[in-house]
Amino acid sequence: MRETESVQEARRAMDICNACRYCEGFCAVFPAMELRREFAAADLSYLANLCHNCRGCYYACQYAPPHEFGINLPATFARVRAETYEEYAWPKPLAGLFRRNGTIVSLAAALGMALALILTAAIQDPAVLYSPQHGPGAFYRIIPWWLMVTLAGGSFLFAVLALAMGFRNFWRDTGGRPDELTRGRPLALALHDILTLRNLGGGGGGCNDTGEHFSTLRRRFHHAMFYGFLLCFAATVTATFYDHFLGRVAPYPFLSLPVLLGTVGGIGMVAGCGGLIWLKVVQDQAPVARRLLGADYALLVLLLLTAATGLLLLALRGTGAMGVLLALHLGIVLSLFLVVPYSKMVHGVYRSAALLRHALERNPKPADHPTDRSAGSTA
Amino acid sequence: MVDLSRLYDVLVVGGGNAALCAAVTARQAGCSVLVLEHAPKPLRGGNSRHTRNMRTMHKAPTSVLTEAYLEDEYWDDLLRVTGGQTDERLARLTIRATADALPFMEACGVRFQPSLTGTLNLSRTNAFFLGGGKALVNAYYATAERLGIDILYDTEVTDLVLDDGFVREAVVTSKGFPERVRAKVVVASSGGFQANLEWLKQGWGPAAENFLIRGTPYAKGRVLRNLLDQGVASVGDPTQCHAVAIDGRAPKFDGGIVTRLDCVPFSIVVNRNGERFYDEGEDVWPKRYAIWGRLVAQQPDQVGYAIIDSRAERLFMPSVFPAIKSDTIEGLAEKLGLPPAKVAATVRAFNAACRPGPFDSSRLDGLRTEGITPPKTNWARDISVPPYIGYPLRPGITFTYLGVKVDENARVLMEDGRPTANLFASGEIMAGSILGKGYLAGFGMAIGTVFGRIAGREAAKHARN
Ligand SMILES: Cc1cc2nc3c(=O)[nH]c(=O)nc-3n(C[C@H](O)[C@H](O)[C@H](O)COP(=O)(O)OP(=O)(O)OC[C@H]3O[C@@H](n4cnc5c(N)ncnc54)[C@H](O)[C@@H]3O)c2cc1C
Ligand code: SF4
Ligand code: SF4
Repeated sequence: MRETESVQEARRAMDICNACRYCEGFCAVFPAMELRREFAAADLSYLANLCHNCRGCYYACQYAPPHEFGINLPATFARVRAETYEEYAWPKPLAGLFRRNGTIVSLAAALGMALALILTAAIQDPAVLYSPQHGPGAFYRIIPWWLMVTLAGGSFLFAVLALAMGFRNFWRDTGGRPDELTRGRPLALALHDILTLRNLGGGGGGCNDTGEHFSTLRRRFHHAMFYGFLLCFAATVTATFYDHFLGRVAPYPFLSLPVLLGTVGGIGMVAGCGGLIWLKVVQDQAPVARRLLGADYALLVLLLLTAATGLLLLALRGTGAMGVLLALHLGIVLSLFLVVPYSKMVHGVYRSAALLRHALERNPKPADHPTDRSAGSTA
Repeated sequence: MVDLSRLYDVLVVGGGNAALCAAVTARQAGCSVLVLEHAPKPLRGGNSRHTRNMRTMHKAPTSVLTEAYLEDEYWDDLLRVTGGQTDERLARLTIRATADALPFMEACGVRFQPSLTGTLNLSRTNAFFLGGGKALVNAYYATAERLGIDILYDTEVTDLVLDDGFVREAVVTSKGFPERVRAKVVVASSGGFQANLEWLKQGWGPAAENFLIRGTPYAKGRVLRNLLDQGVASVGDPTQCHAVAIDGRAPKFDGGIVTRLDCVPFSIVVNRNGERFYDEGEDVWPKRYAIWGRLVAQQPDQVGYAIIDSRAERLFMPSVFPAIKSDTIEGLAEKLGLPPAKVAATVRAFNAACRPGPFDSSRLDGLRTEGITPPKTNWARDISVPPYIGYPLRPGITFTYLGVKVDENARVLMEDGRPTANLFASGEIMAGSILGKGYLAGFGMAIGTVFGRIAGREAAKHARN
């Protein structure tokens, strides 16, 4: 990680927190911090990505503005995180996409939709596009199967590759070794933290989602969105399986597995994304890194649109609107896949990696870190 | 909107832990309650927002406290630190009441840390607030708002008009405007006077000018002074304050916990003239940090400099301010603004007095100097492995001891021993009744919580009669 102003600000804050430690019960950041006395840029990258932005430590901090120390960890870490996304992006020349990321993600989405519409209109007979299509293969009469698979599969595989490279860059930079990735217990702990969002709990009493008061809304919305996303993904996979191996061609009836998974997942995503957007609008802006909000909104809206168009497609697939909707939906899915490695979505990769690093630190192989607490005093 | 023309049942002066415990308790008993806090909202909560734990009696392990900590042990601990300057009846009452305080606090939304990761060894005696004192204060304010308590920030009480032991009204300055407030009962919970340098000078002379105040700048003792001037009985030594040695680069006010510096036992400490002045290794730091404030306050310019070598750097909690380093003692002295030759001579003399032997930072290792005054009686290892590291030290004032005298119902007493008619007090402002000298970690919040609740209960009883 390179030295930047945000990194220096994070270091100043961590030096103060490390002398204070009042927040150590809130999340993983503080125990991880306590294992260190000096904070290299890479340490701060790790800590910033470990921060879940629950904002608990902002409201609890006796050094928050207007105190002259002006500690605001959620905002400070958010800025560092944004820089780490750029730092670890692959391939390197695309790192610049993280600057003005909100605009770029929105543009990509708009382009994706437009392209899909124009392409379908160009390839297909307009009559097909606007008239109701029924029976097996109805979708492919709008967009040919080969095109769907090439575009979707290609962009998906690229996204996976780019994210994996990002993970590798983060892992190396923060001092990780490949062999650590095979230790079972830390992996299980990290997976547990990732899937439950344990650190988005403010140490048990909830987060400061909107302000001084505690709630678990953000965590629940995130769960709805995340698990909704997984269900939608599962729907796609089962559909591919049906199509490929069972020879059953889409569209599927409502009570089929792909449609059920997709419906439940889509509703989860819409509720989750909608809720998260709402929280961002109503939240106290003091602990927020304002200039990064654009990127957050852009991705949330894109995810929301993905799910919403999918649901709409399901509802209206028997009508003449199906053709346009399908093109739109696929355009959005395509742009989502394309922007994933260059959007806020990467936080999932780095946060997971940071949680794994933390699990490894908490379960060191023998002969590690002594504590420096023994001579401490207290008032 | 807060209507200051109405007659409140209970007026609570102050906005820290003691004030809020009283306000919530009185409100729960059905009273209308007004809280007046001098600080603006973002800085509310007095010294309480800098705290981290409360010393709590308990008969069996709880979710936040290990083993047991019984009344007699608690009392013995208190007796030791106060050297007997305490009131056994009030002290034992406080100690016993801490046992029921936790459920009240939790009901008010205060959360505790399950157990401490470090080795402070306090998780048996002290319950740690999750997120520290500001989180605690936030929880009480949220509860107060929910219960319908009126709160005015940026509002200073300047006069509680006493008439034959009866508070007629409170004269206040609210957001810059003069107001008068009437209430059937008043609870004074406005803290100590440690932020009032002029007052501190009365006990310490001009030296007080150089003191740093660890907590809120709003604890100026205005109400305390006002009450004492009107014949309220005082308790505690008017000249004394709890002073610890903190990093000399700390801000004048509100530096809080992070300005502490735990390196003294592993260092030598010199004054402005480059001379040592006290045994740095007399005892473990938790037992000595409070006398070092006084020691440094007695040195010229009220400043000291702790000097260690690189081997000692990892032996204490990191300080928030960067270590000042140099490869030579002379170079370090120069950076610290000390006479280089003199400091070098002091270090040489100290090194020559060190004896070989096992050094152990985790206990009193008995490694002592021979042949110098003052001696260093533990951890006396020579200062010889560069880089050399220095930290400036100044006295940091935690709180003052002088307070108003109360009885076991938190009722304020007049100089002639008669009780006041409708005035109660809780927290730092009456703590001198129990803590006449010294300090026991976590006892400030114990007094504030216990007497806050008593004051709230009694105030409510009185207001409804
Ligand atoms: C850095 C530090 C750490 C500490 N840590 C601990 C700890 O871990 N555990 C512990 O038990 N104790 C600790 N203490 C001591 C503890 O802070 C006090 O004992 C306790 O907070 C006193 O509570 P209080 O409500 O009486 O006073 P405060 O919390 O100081 O509240 C006084 C309030 O009165 C207000 N006020 C003052 N004058 C007026 C006026 N004229 N009109 C209106 N309002 C007024 C102030 O603004 C303030 O809100 C610590 C102290 C410091 C400085
Ligand atoms: S955020 Fe504030 S209260 Fe929390 S550990 Fe850091 S300095 Fe202390
Ligand atoms: S914002 Fe929440 S997750 Fe981030 S450091 Fe603070 S307490 Fe931890």
